[in-house]
Amino acid sequence: MEYVLLIYSNEQENAAMPQAEMQQWVGAFMAYTQALRDANILRASNRLRPASAATTVRISGGKTQTLDGPFAETREQLGGYYLIDVPDLDAALSWAARCPGAQRGSIEVRPVWAM
Amino acid sequence: MSTPAHRAAEQAARHSYGKLIAWLAARSRDVAAAEDALSEAFAAALATWPGQGVPLAPEAWLLAAARRRLIDMARRRRTRETASDRLLLSLEEAAAEADARGGVPDRRLRLMFACAHPAIDPAVRSPLMLQAVLGLEAATIAAVFLVSPATMGQRLVRAKRRIHDAGIPFRLPQPEDLPARLDAVLEAIYAAFAAGWVDPAGLDQRRQGLVAEAVWLGRVLTELLPDEPEALGLLALMLHAASRSAARRDGGGYVPLSAQDPARWDATAITEAEALLRRASRLGRVGRFQLEAAVQSAHAARRFTGRTDWAAIVELYDGLLALTGSAVVAINRAVALAETEGAAAGLAALDGLAGDAGLAAYQPYWAARADLLARLGQGEAADAAYARALALEADPAAQRFLQAQRARLPRG
Repeated sequence: MEYVLLIYSNEQENAAMPQAEMQQWVGAFMAYTQALRDANILRASNRLRPASAATTVRISGGKTQTLDGPFAETREQLGGYYLIDVPDLDAALSWAARCPGAQRGSIEVRPVWAM
Repeated sequence: MSTPAHRAAEQAARHSYGKLIAWLAARSRDVAAAEDALSEAFAAALATWPGQGVPLAPEAWLLAAARRRLIDMARRRRTRETASDRLLLSLEEAAAEADARGGVPDRRLRLMFACAHPAIDPAVRSPLMLQAVLGLEAATIAAVFLVSPATMGQRLVRAKRRIHDAGIPFRLPQPEDLPARLDAVLEAIYAAFAAGWVDPAGLDQRRQGLVAEAVWLGRVLTELLPDEPEALGLLALMLHAASRSAARRDGGGYVPLSAQDPARWDATAITEAEALLRRASRLGRVGRFQLEAAVQSAHAARRFTGRTDWAAIVELYDGLLALTGSAVVAINRAVALAETEGAAAGLAALDGLAGDAGLAAYQPYWAARADLLARLGQGEAADAAYARALALEADPAAQRFLQAQRARLPRG
């Protein structure tokens, strides 16, 4: 089954991270990404720019509304994702627990709708 | 209704239901579809067995019928979903495997772990297990868990959909996850037992039925995990409690443990519970359910010795308290302490708990307090505590018992 691991964390806290810690953090993500690749389960992944760079679009009454900012203001923001292919939820949860993002924020594990 | 065919179908349902569901749902993770297919297989059995005779292997017959039905359903869906191709193939593979092994492999344990998975709401784990493993109807479960049948039905549908959609596996947990995951299974079985047990009058057939079903689940678990001391401990605990089902009521009246006639306890159940507890202790890993069962075992000893070893019970509660930190355990410990060191010591122990906000709405806390205050001759305070306990008690038989205790207080 395919699962997306959605990585949420507090962007303000991340921005306040000392340089050395940030480097360690990025290094941990790189190692994790490599581990997923080595296990041959990584289908896709991306790191996102901060929510302050987001633009939200919706059509209301036939008119396109463009809003500066993310869809919803929340304490933790979506910062990236991994798309993985594993046998079941237990495997997905165990990979999610190993993701460096789980140390500072939370990982939402969502199954992908099989087409 | 008790023709040989009906009896055979009933017996097959009792012994094979969970096995068949576990097997049918294992690959598709679709419990609801497995239930539908199996219920049609049972309907077919009741239609054909009376005329053609009961087959030699009823379980295999039911499995074959349910499997055909599942394959039909998958074929019909195939036009819409290519994913069903894979399902169809895996069903056929699994069928060949079962035939080659000459029987239905018992995968109920995997089903139980799926029902008590951390991704399933803890409140629905117990109902889900009762339905998927034992085939209980949503309405029956709803009555005992005090929700409407529609609500319970919805919760069960949602939980089954979640097993399927989230990809909750039908397999045994990894060794490092096993202790925590097994705890969840034990908790779910115990919750079923507890839901059935809250019937001091012993008049509700459905509740008594649920007690028996939970004991049955406990038996299945100990068969499948014969070396798990806590599984043995849970079954011992349930059997000890169940041994007093008859003695705890007296024509619709509630009889507390201390006033029960040990001659009315079920000796067979006690003997079995004691043997289980001995087996568990030989495995050398103490846990919550073994300690709780040991407390019950100490109470059961009154049947043979005529007295209760309260000092041993206090010690067991000390162990339980250290393990769980539970306020409920602390109350029971205080009550036992009152027997060894006097009511004042028990009351002091209860006073020590007063900071726990949850206890203000917990009936046993007020009932225990009232009893100890009464014994200390503090009639007014006891009366107030009985009032609190009564306000929190919903069961009429237990209410009558508390009212009688309250009426016995000396009037100042």
